[in-house]
Amino acid sequence: MLNISGLSEGVVLDHIQAGKSLDIYYHLGLDKLDCQVAIIKNARSNKMGRKDIIKIEGPIEHIDLNVLGYIDHNITVNIIRDNKIVEKRALTLPKKIVNVIQCKNPRCITSIEQELPHIFCLTDEKTETYRCLYCEEKYSKK
Amino acid sequence: MRHMLNPLDFSVEEIDQLLTLASDIEQNFPKYAHVCNGKKLATLFYEPSTRTRLSFESAMLNLGGSVLGFSSADSSSASKGESVSDTIRVISCYADIVAMRHPKEGAPLVASMKSRIPVINAGDGGHQHPTQTLTDLMTIRSLKGHLENLTIGLCGDLKFGRTVHSLIEAMVRYPNIRFVLISPDELRVPEYIRDDVLRANNIPFKEVDNLDEAMPELDILYMTRVQKERFFNEEDYIRLKDCYILNKDKMKLAKPDMYVLHPLPRVNEISTEVDDDPRAAYFKQVQYGVYVRMALIMTLLEVEKPC
Repeated sequence: MLNISGLSEGVVLDHIQAGKSLDIYYHLGLDKLDCQVAIIKNARSNKMGRKDIIKIEGPIEHIDLNVLGYIDHNITVNIIRDNKIVEKRALTLPKKIVNVIQCKNPRCITSIEQELPHIFCLTDEKTETYRCLYCEEKYSKK
Repeated sequence: MRHMLNPLDFSVEEIDQLLTLASDIEQNFPKYAHVCNGKKLATLFYEPSTRTRLSFESAMLNLGGSVLGFSSADSSSASKGESVSDTIRVISCYADIVAMRHPKEGAPLVASMKSRIPVINAGDGGHQHPTQTLTDLMTIRSLKGHLENLTIGLCGDLKFGRTVHSLIEAMVRYPNIRFVLISPDELRVPEYIRDDVLRANNIPFKEVDNLDEAMPELDILYMTRVQKERFFNEEDYIRLKDCYILNKDKMKLAKPDMYVLHPLPRVNEISTEVDDDPRAAYFKQVQYGVYVRMALIMTLLEVEKPC
């Protein structure tokens, strides 16, 4: 059994699909933070068989939960204060994501105007379909 | 302040009001001659489209307004690298309303986000061309008297033709509409139209490749041109370009009150011998396009309807 010390204040991202923790690490920009981050891969899980966990030291404000909801809304977000879980936040698919995915349509205005933010809007929750705000190019997660 | 970026931005009721105003303009044309006195329309055409630009200019001049603008990116500041956002901020100081044609999809939306004046999308790449859709709706409503209970045949290039996609999206909002989609296998409607628009709204449709067999059941036949610029392979274009040619013999198979529409320009797909048939509505459609653009300019400028 591998032991990682507990957090006095921070965030634990639990129930990450096994193998996805590094993607999340970069998507959330955790590589740019100074705080301690622990990545646990392939932890045993009754619910999932195997899962990844990320522990981040510091306040929740550092984390863009919108991005996290887009990447995997099944992740559990535990907020830790004084060594205790004080809140569990449920994630939902965000209605709008900004600069997380890039529009690949060569005819889209974003292909020539680089300063424009790449904005995708959720158009079908069931199929987890997002469309580019500008050209409506489809981006399906499934 | 409202913009017209996508025909679906307006509800069915709002479209109805717009088409009613356009019909009133058609019937009482002189009454509208000065309603936009002192107002200016800027036509920002980053790619050439003489027909659409002239239709907008004609519409504004008919309303007593004036026009300014450019007709290609080369003659605009885009050639110096200016962004759409900056251009629209500048044009907002010169004009009261803008009609924008741009080869890149979403450019008019970007403009609308920074604009202080209403923006009309006059065509953005293969994405939307809402005033063509409004023109098509007005033509159908004026000639048939209604937009419900119709069997609409769409023929030719249904894959790349944005006018076809927009018309389907606009027509599925009306009750009891059926579509007959007539095209070769290679040019069928894209999957998203079939699944997300037609099937999702339980709209009856069938896909066929024989125009003759489809003719007798149609109330409207919307012909399209196979566009050379959409093909990577010239052989494919040559093989498909003349796959449907509407001629007098085919017109004999149609109902006496079926109308033929075409967004123009036509090449070979409608024989000129059909032009004199009273059911050939594609040149009337051009005239309706001016009325509907007049109504749209008035609506977006919130100009009061004259007594």
